[in-house]
Amino acid sequence: MTSTDTRTSQGIGQSAPRPDGTLKVTGEFAYSSDLWLEDMVWGVTLRSPHPAARIRSIDLGPALAMPGVLAVLTHEDVPGEKHHGLELRDQPVLAVDRVRYQGEPVALVAADHPERARRAAAAIVVDYEVTEAVTDARRAAFDPACPKVGERGNILRHQPVRVGSVFEAPVVVTGEYEVGMQDQAFLGPESGLAVPAEDGGVDLYVATQWLHVDRDQIAPCLGLPAEKVRVSLAGVGGAFGAREDLSMQVHACLLALRTGRPVKMVYNREESFFGHVHRHPAWMRYEHGATRDGRLIYVKAEILLDGGAYCSSSPAVVGNAASLGAGPYEVGNVEIDAYGVYTNNPPCGAMRGFGAVQACFAYESQMDRLAEACGLSPVELRIRNAVSQGSRLITGQLIDSPAPLAGMLAELEAFPLPAASDGDLRELPGGVAQTTHGEGVRRGVGYGVGIKNICFSEGFDDYSTARVRLELAGGEPHVLVHTAAAEVGQGLVTVQAQVARTELGVERVTVAPADTTVGSAGSSSASRQSYVTGGAVKTACEAVRERLAELAAAHPGLTTTALLQRFGPVEETREYRHRPTFPMDPSTGQGDSHTQLALCVHRAVVDVDVELGLVKVVELAAVQDVGKVLNLLALEGQIHGGSAQGLGLALMEEVLVADGRLRNPSFTDYLIPTILDMPPMKVSILENPDPAAPYGLRGAGEPPTLSTTPAVVAAVRAATGRALSRVPIRPEHIALT
Amino acid sequence: MAFLRPTTWPEALAAKAELPGAVPIQGGTDVMVEINFDVRRPEALLDLTRVAELARWSETGGRLRVGAGVPYSRVIGELGDRLPGLAQASRTVGSPQIRNRGTVGGNLGAASPAGDSHPPLLAGGAVIEVESAARGVRMIPAEEFYLGVKRSALEPDELIRAFHAEPATGPQYFSKVGTRNAMVIAVCSFALALHPAERRVGTGIGSAAPTPLRARAAEEFLAAELDWAAGLAPAGLAPGVLARFGELVSEAAAPIDDVRGTAGYRRHALAVMARRTLTWAWNDYRKAREQCA
Repeated sequence: MTSTDTRTSQGIGQSAPRPDGTLKVTGEFAYSSDLWLEDMVWGVTLRSPHPAARIRSIDLGPALAMPGVLAVLTHEDVPGEKHHGLELRDQPVLAVDRVRYQGEPVALVAADHPERARRAAAAIVVDYEVTEAVTDARRAAFDPACPKVGERGNILRHQPVRVGSVFEAPVVVTGEYEVGMQDQAFLGPESGLAVPAEDGGVDLYVATQWLHVDRDQIAPCLGLPAEKVRVSLAGVGGAFGAREDLSMQVHACLLALRTGRPVKMVYNREESFFGHVHRHPAWMRYEHGATRDGRLIYVKAEILLDGGAYCSSSPAVVGNAASLGAGPYEVGNVEIDAYGVYTNNPPCGAMRGFGAVQACFAYESQMDRLAEACGLSPVELRIRNAVSQGSRLITGQLIDSPAPLAGMLAELEAFPLPAASDGDLRELPGGVAQTTHGEGVRRGVGYGVGIKNICFSEGFDDYSTARVRLELAGGEPHVLVHTAAAEVGQGLVTVQAQVARTELGVERVTVAPADTTVGSAGSSSASRQSYVTGGAVKTACEAVRERLAELAAAHPGLTTTALLQRFGPVEETREYRHRPTFPMDPSTGQGDSHTQLALCVHRAVVDVDVELGLVKVVELAAVQDVGKVLNLLALEGQIHGGSAQGLGLALMEEVLVADGRLRNPSFTDYLIPTILDMPPMKVSILENPDPAAPYGLRGAGEPPTLSTTPAVVAAVRAATGRALSRVPIRPEHIALT
Repeated sequence: MAFLRPTTWPEALAAKAELPGAVPIQGGTDVMVEINFDVRRPEALLDLTRVAELARWSETGGRLRVGAGVPYSRVIGELGDRLPGLAQASRTVGSPQIRNRGTVGGNLGAASPAGDSHPPLLAGGAVIEVESAARGVRMIPAEEFYLGVKRSALEPDELIRAFHAEPATGPQYFSKVGTRNAMVIAVCSFALALHPAERRVGTGIGSAAPTPLRARAAEEFLAAELDWAAGLAPAGLAPGVLARFGELVSEAAAPIDDVRGTAGYRRHALAVMARRTLTWAWNDYRKAREQCA
């Protein structure tokens, strides 16, 4: 086990404070929407009101005639590639001749005032011929008569997993499950500032998750070489996957290059709901077969994920749902088919948990059904089937680092249970809205287990780059760390500095703002940045240390300070890659597709008003193995936050879509948990190191989001006796079914 | 958009008479949200926060007069003993910040069927004082105030000055269903007030019809069934009375299916809330009688 370095006070293992924490809590943090230049103008987007339509014509005249309007652009004004996309460049910068989802960008306006820009956008006349919207994912996938949403077929990926041939068992449980469309609901809606440069290029300041993949999509659309598009990270509120795809990036740059003025674009919350991808809604059919003593014989599943109008990262989401579709359990016979499909619903893509969340709700619900069928406790059934180091995933991949699931479950079950409510309204379902003084309230306890792949999978060349410079500042050693890694609220800036302090033994560390003048850091996604950018900073520090050692060897007797004084700063840049991964076999799903796997287990205790269907989560308890704690405070925050997001999916968070139209694009009706919904947590953190990872760490951001949802639902089932096969649970599902 | 800032009530009335399209604004917790989301573009905003009298309340001759600008936090803190139903409803509005800004007057002005003030105002028999420069004061019983979805009896040149209500003489309860445990708009809500002196029952239903409304049949049924004098009887309410009261409240509503809930659930929840609030109120009433005895 890697020992904690205590040479510096704020190194690895210490709860170093984050530089943005106080600023955010006091409202002083500068978000991307706070960017300001004296001569800037404002850009706005005209969006399609229809989920599916042909565009017959667009009349820009009325908008161009309005005072203060500097530019009005359509797809004809996109000088380069007309499309962008993360995996497949299928999403138009601006709609060309069709719109495929409600909210698709059609035209852009730049004006000297945001209100003038909005009025001008409203004055653009678009002649739409409304066409049939494909909004049923099952029909899109399997009905040959269904219209095609895009140029390709409607199935954007089908990933089977096939293992073994025994599909009969003494005990069989089946279930159909549904997961609603969840929104990332990050702070700080999409925004940024594009500044035209003298070299004909553009400097973009934007809240995003991956600067380089933004640039690599923006530059071709602008018809510019990559080096003329410089992207810097502006203040990010949160991301959770919603900033992986482009939103206003190309739009702002187009307007800036056209007008020759800096262009600021800021979505409001409503536009934000149309401006980013959501979590894929899922429809899942599962069948589990087991021996009478509860040992899994087979798992069959069909997992249908609605990708909406464009590809985004749907193929990778499908890969996760398939490869992790049976959960962290040993099972010898598997027949899983995971599908991602195109529809005219809002595009779906990355969100914390990324395909693993949906499957987890289904397989954990199945494990509870199986436990009941076998007369076992939910924990005992899971322990009997739990993977451990040396097990194989259903993809055939060997789990070659610690995976102590059985022990984690035993520890979780042994946590003391919370006391009964003392009758304070705030502790009861409904809170101070006073729906009960205790009448109809029943307590339930439930368990959930989740397994998440860490870092990018399926053969992706997943790396990060760090530049580390050791120099003298005011006569004292100082370290400058520069990466392009996006701080999205997870605490990465703090961790980079901690790594540098530990590796170089220097207290004073500055983390430079993230931009594209250094190599790619990859995405702040997939719980991967501590691993990959942490690894890159560590490797670059080691290289600096080696150079210093060489100098010291050549000049014995000189201190570090003296060496830096004589020879100047020591700077090294390094790329860091995790162990390679491999594609899944297209017909069997077999292959070492993941580099690291992480486990989290949750217990939920709920009080449910069974007559009104209202739920108060009394306590969440979790055990998570993180390999190595880098920053306990930040890590606990990740576990609390991930759990809150999982609780939200279980009980309230859903983007409601009817006939391709969003019905609740605001925080008035898209509800996220408040402090009276999210209970106190008991958390136990294990440190069983992964020898392949820097410091033995294991990515930690996503796993808690997986296991919370099934745990909460299981607890509500225990309290109510209802089957509850859909999340989020709505009060009528409890009170009226 | 013009921004008018009168400092006296006559100035405010004059401004409203001159520009009937001006939208009055107090805390801004509703108006500003609608403007920010571009739901409405009023030709002018009429800021009433400088009209000091609107932020005062008084009690004369056994009646309360509460200015339209008294925020929810003060209703809770200063009037909680006199108007317990309204205070309970106020406690469910938004967050502490919103309760510091939002007012009952604003809730009345918006006249949303989901407004939290309306059910207790209906149950408590409140009267709304409105005024215009041209025609002077009109006193509108709460029941006649709500005309349709976000539509009230207020004329374009009128402003809401205050509401009047009697301090509670019996138990009052407010109950609201939302899909999270705080900061939530009502899926549906219910208020109950017992008026022992008149042997009368008041009710108010929120978010389950185009307007907030009273459940009159339920009120009459209950007023007749309750054994007002013999509150000391050992048993509580007969289950049949509770169930029938719940049914009548539920039948009074005219709910719809929307993003917040289904019509069926709203009817169900109203019956549950009606039974529960009645149980609490009757228990309080009996306890109070026992203490007097």
